[in-house]
Amino acid sequence: MTTECLLVRNARAFPFAACPVVEMPAFRETVIENVRLGARLNALFAMFQPENDTLLLLAVMAHDADGSLRILATRPGERYQALTPACSQAHWFEREIFETWGILPESHPWLKPIRFLPSRAQDVPSAEIGRANFFRMDGEEIHEVAVGPVHAGVIEPGHFRFQCHGETVYHLEISLGYQHRGIERALAAGITPRTLHYAETAAGDTTISHTTTCCQAWETLAGTQVSARAEAIRAIAAELERIANHIGDLGALAGDVGFLPTQNYCGRIRGDVLNCTALICGNRFGRGLLTPGGVQWDLDTALAQNLRARLAEIEADAVSAIELMFNTSSVLARLEGTGVLTAATARDIGLVGVAARACGLSRDIRRDFPYGIYRFHHLPVCTWSTGDCFARAYVRWLETRQSFRFIREQLDALPEGPISSSVGPLRPDSMAISLTEGWRGEICHVTRTDANANLTVPKIVDPSFHNWFGLACALRNQAISDFPLCNKSFNLSYCGHDL
Amino acid sequence: MRLLPAFLHVLLALALAPLLPGVINRTKAWFGGRHGRPLFQLYYDLAKLARKSAVYSRTTTWVFRAGPVIAFASSALTVLLLPFAGQTAPAGFPGDFLLLIYLFALGRFFTMAAALDTGSAFEGMGASREATFSALAEPAFFLGLAALAFHARSISLGLIYERMSWSTSTVAPLMLVAAAFFVILLIENSRIPFDDPETHLELTMIHEVMVLDRSGPDFLLIQYGAALKLWVMAALFTGILAPAPFASYGENLALALGAQGLAAVLIGIVESTMARLRLARIPQMLTGSIILSLLSLLFLLRPFA
Repeated sequence: MTTECLLVRNARAFPFAACPVVEMPAFRETVIENVRLGARLNALFAMFQPENDTLLLLAVMAHDADGSLRILATRPGERYQALTPACSQAHWFEREIFETWGILPESHPWLKPIRFLPSRAQDVPSAEIGRANFFRMDGEEIHEVAVGPVHAGVIEPGHFRFQCHGETVYHLEISLGYQHRGIERALAAGITPRTLHYAETAAGDTTISHTTTCCQAWETLAGTQVSARAEAIRAIAAELERIANHIGDLGALAGDVGFLPTQNYCGRIRGDVLNCTALICGNRFGRGLLTPGGVQWDLDTALAQNLRARLAEIEADAVSAIELMFNTSSVLARLEGTGVLTAATARDIGLVGVAARACGLSRDIRRDFPYGIYRFHHLPVCTWSTGDCFARAYVRWLETRQSFRFIREQLDALPEGPISSSVGPLRPDSMAISLTEGWRGEICHVTRTDANANLTVPKIVDPSFHNWFGLACALRNQAISDFPLCNKSFNLSYCGHDL
Repeated sequence: MRLLPAFLHVLLALALAPLLPGVINRTKAWFGGRHGRPLFQLYYDLAKLARKSAVYSRTTTWVFRAGPVIAFASSALTVLLLPFAGQTAPAGFPGDFLLLIYLFALGRFFTMAAALDTGSAFEGMGASREATFSALAEPAFFLGLAALAFHARSISLGLIYERMSWSTSTVAPLMLVAAAFFVILLIENSRIPFDDPETHLELTMIHEVMVLDRSGPDFLLIQYGAALKLWVMAALFTGILAPAPFASYGENLALALGAQGLAAVLIGIVESTMARLRLARIPQMLTGSIILSLLSLLFLLRPFA
């Protein structure tokens, strides 16, 4: 009993009324069928409609092969038959919906809070953070190890529970929510002068990509044509962000296996890349660079020349530091075969970004749902098939090389024109799905306007939201001493998840 | 006449031991293109810790408090058994190499017991790892010293190291013992590739995780004790490679001290050029060092000719 979905493209506005609202059983079967046919669930979320005081459940599904997005809505009522048993990708989303709105997905196998939020539904008591019904194993030689939320390093807070037998991890449960700031709720309430700052800080290390996603949705709903020059500058900044984070991660991976030379040099090189972003806009993480309609800072010839020279030097340094790591057998011995995820598991749980590409899945929004300058200038998708820590490290390095090349090409042929266009009035009663490929993976912002053309962002999905469960799966039957390495190889965002 | 240098060596060990980690760190910094922390950082740290007071969890017992004291005392006692620069140790006696091994074992036992006493999952895991790996490191150490004892035809450490000299027939087995001792030196002092003294990741630690709950003077004892242990093990290692060849004591002492420094540099080089082993691989490496010691023992078990 499947039904037709609305078919849209990335960053194209459509009238909200065009989105089909079907009965729950039809919705459930259609989503399951689409996922069975290879669709990814970009977002599954409930949206409050003040017009008629109801909750609408929306599913956004991506078919990578033809670059189409399919949208379907339903009215879930107070409880519905959970999708998760037939569609693992819905697992985290349904827990989120249950926690946020109190809608019960019946027969969900693992119904626990993911962020320990105060519920938006009136009558649902909020859970105390970290107090969940954790999965437990029993047995003579089973022991439980709890790590966090306060960690020894300067990292974000998160709680990890390991069920171990000796040094072997049988199960890892990840409990987050400590970084919750209410960004999603603030964005869903409508735009204010702070909206862009919320996007910039949704995940601090992904400032450019989240802000691009947000601006792109805004421009789509306003029908603004962004100049090619602005799009090129956005892409340069996004690739700089990718390079900085990838090199930082590779250095951190080297540090985790105790390989000092690469760790030391990558730490410095990452700083040099961030300084390039600062040369463009004055902020190392690219805050204040983007604005709806374009960018705030131009890249003149002198600056382009300066960046080119710096990047040539940085790339040479990065090559020598990172090739050293990949040529050292003791490093490879640690990375290879550690934290393996099969392509089938990755597909089932809907991994995105580097983690998915390291399992051999060819997924990249820049190619599958091209946006901005990526519509005209393509980047090859880098994949590796082993799904282990080595693959996640190596894909990062391959992508870094591609990004260097891409930036060089953009700097060589920066399009002429203004850097920003004026953003006109928004189309009323419309919706837009905006996808971009951040350095971790796909970022999805769902935006809509009401009858008075007030813009709201009812849902943002950070790649970490899809991938945290992948980390838990990768740890099965691994040595507990390899957890930090696996964790670093995913390097997911806590605040991007908790929002 | 022999007593004076022996006590001088004890004083030198007590004074210079914290310098070795400094040398290691500077070597690593040089390889990493950094300035690195000051050479005397451990002295500053120890002075800082001495000024602090210790914090104890209510769940711990006297075992927890006894741990660092006994661990330090046993490390300090090994210094009294250590021959240096071709001279006998102040407290040397026939069979003292057994005491040396078991003093290390005693310190380790109480460190592990104190770690278990906290009831922390991390510390328990560290204690379990330490027990597993030391059970393999000990036979290698024991067999290595036994090989050296056969070489010197003596069971006192002083004579073992005094009679250290290479000849064409003994150089190969002595090198094997030196290699085995270097492996033991690395694991016993929680160095890369076995353990990472720099890491903050509790789940990967072996030794460091057992002292997570330490503070103030207790931590001072642990750090200072670890430095002494490094000094002693390094001296046992360099004693093989740099036996006292000179007639004058001064030259021998300078050579021995230089060799200690070079051993620290060597550790630094290993740490800079190698990643850590996977935990599951460590027993294989240690079994390898047992085999090295055993082989050299077999080579040195030659008939009296």
